[in-house]
This record gives sequence, C-alpha cells and structure tokens, in this order.
Amino acid sequence: MMKQYLPPLLSGGLFGAGLALGGMTDPARVRGFLDLFGNWDPTLAFVMGGAVLVMAIAWRIQPRMAQPLFGLKFAIPDRSDLTPKLIGGSALFGIGWGVAGLCPGPAITALVIEPVSAAIFVAAMLAGMLLVRLVEKDA
Amino acid sequence: MMLPGFPDAAPLAGLAGGVLIGGAAALMLLGAGRIAGVSGIAARATGNSNSGMSLSSAWMFLIGLPLGAVVVAMLGGELEADFASPLVLAIAGLLVGIGTRLGSGCTSGHGVCGVSRLSARSLVATLTFMATGIATVAVMNAAGIEVLP
Repeated sequence: MMKQYLPPLLSGGLFGAGLALGGMTDPARVRGFLDLFGNWDPTLAFVMGGAVLVMAIAWRIQPRMAQPLFGLKFAIPDRSDLTPKLIGGSALFGIGWGVAGLCPGPAITALVIEPVSAAIFVAAMLAGMLLVRLVEKDA
Repeated sequence: MMLPGFPDAAPLAGLAGGVLIGGAAALMLLGAGRIAGVSGIAARATGNSNSGMSLSSAWMFLIGLPLGAVVVAMLGGELEADFASPLVLAIAGLLVGIGTRLGSGCTSGHGVCGVSRLSARSLVATLTFMATGIATVAVMNAAGIEVLP
C-alpha cells in the first residue's frame, strides 16, 4: 500500500516544490520567458535546463533496470510519428500558455497559492480535455 | 545571484527548482516506470484518458503538486503572484486542455521527459508550443493587451 501510494505522492510533491521554488507558479515569470522580443526573463530556461539535465541521467539508468523500483514494468511512449494532430495540438497549447502564463503543472500547484484563479483555469482545462474525448469518441 | 543584463531573472532558484522537477520525473520513471506528464496524469485522473497509470497513482501525484508548494511556502518561499482575470483564465485553460490532449502532452511530458530522451515527437511539440507561446505574447504586447495586473 505504501509502495503503491508513496512514490507518486512524493514525485508530485517534489514536482510542485520545484515549480514553486523555480518561480513557475508566477504567471508573470512564465510570460516573461515567452516575452522573447520584449523584456525577456530567462528564468524558465534555467528551470527547464535543470530538469532536463537530471532527467537525461535517469534515461541513461532506465535501460539498465529490468523493472521499475516500485512497479512491475516500464510503460514508456514509443511513438515517433510526427502528425498534424501533435503539431496542431501543441500549437493550441502554446497559445493558451502564452495568454495566461499557465500550463497544467503550475496551474494545479497554484491551487494553494491563488485558489479561485487556479481553479477557474484548471476547470476550463479539464473541460477542454473532456471536449476532446467526446469529439474523438464520435469521430 | 544576478544574471548580467537580466536583473529580474532568478537563475539559481530556477536551476534548483528544475533539479527538483527532474528528480520528481526521475522518481516517476525509475520508481513507477511512467512518464511524469502533468496533462496526461490530470486527464487520467478525471477519466479523460485511459492510459495505464492507476487512478490512485494519478490522484496521488496531482495531490502532491500543491503540497509541494505548501512545503516551499513553509520554508519561507515567497509564492504570492498575480493571475489573469477569470475570463482570460477560462479561455486559456480551455486552449491548454484541448491542446495538450490533441498534442499528447505539455511542458512536463514533452518539455522535460521527452526532450531529455531526445524523442522526436517531444522535440517537435516543445518547439511548437514555445513558438506559439512566444508569438502569442508578442502579438498581445504589440496590440497593447495586458492580462496581468
């Protein structure tokens, strides 16, 4: 039971702490990074750089492990096709990200920082996800 | 520490935060065998995706996110911030929800987990959302649209 609940809780906790520490729960900092042609704030690049560096090491370790420490098997995406859906979806996501300076992780983390604002964003985000599921089911 | 030319940047706090985020993603990969992609996990937790992660794991991860911020606040982190108006947040949230489902990920799944393994899909996705994010802010600024107080 602990083995089942603790790793994802700890991972989420570390993730949220990292976002908060790195200033990523502040929409002004995120929009500052996207304001490349204006008053650019490079902080997000340091956050992403640190995260990618650590994760690159994890990807070197992973193939040497027969199975995850607290799980039965690895479930890692193996697609490599570049589709219009991937690019169009990512483009839409980027627009939303730029409009309010929030992406999913910081928005959920910010539920304890600015509860009403974060909840509005998260609710709309989940509605968008539901919309995609309903449309794709009918397609 | 100050970055020459960028008095408002917080490079050390950013790097430290990034290392924590990388550690979190590494724990998810090496501990649970899965990708720490927040949009995918949020979709899974709310029944909008049936990726293999267990419902309990998805919820545990999501509950952990704000708890992590609480710990940072307790240790003296200054987390107060200004957010956009409800209408702007709703529009942006809708776009982020639709976009991350169609694009199979966000800043964490593609930007951190995918880029660090040089996944072609994640590299393309990350370049795309960075480009449209930068363009969006540039257009809004040029049009004089301010969303943050």
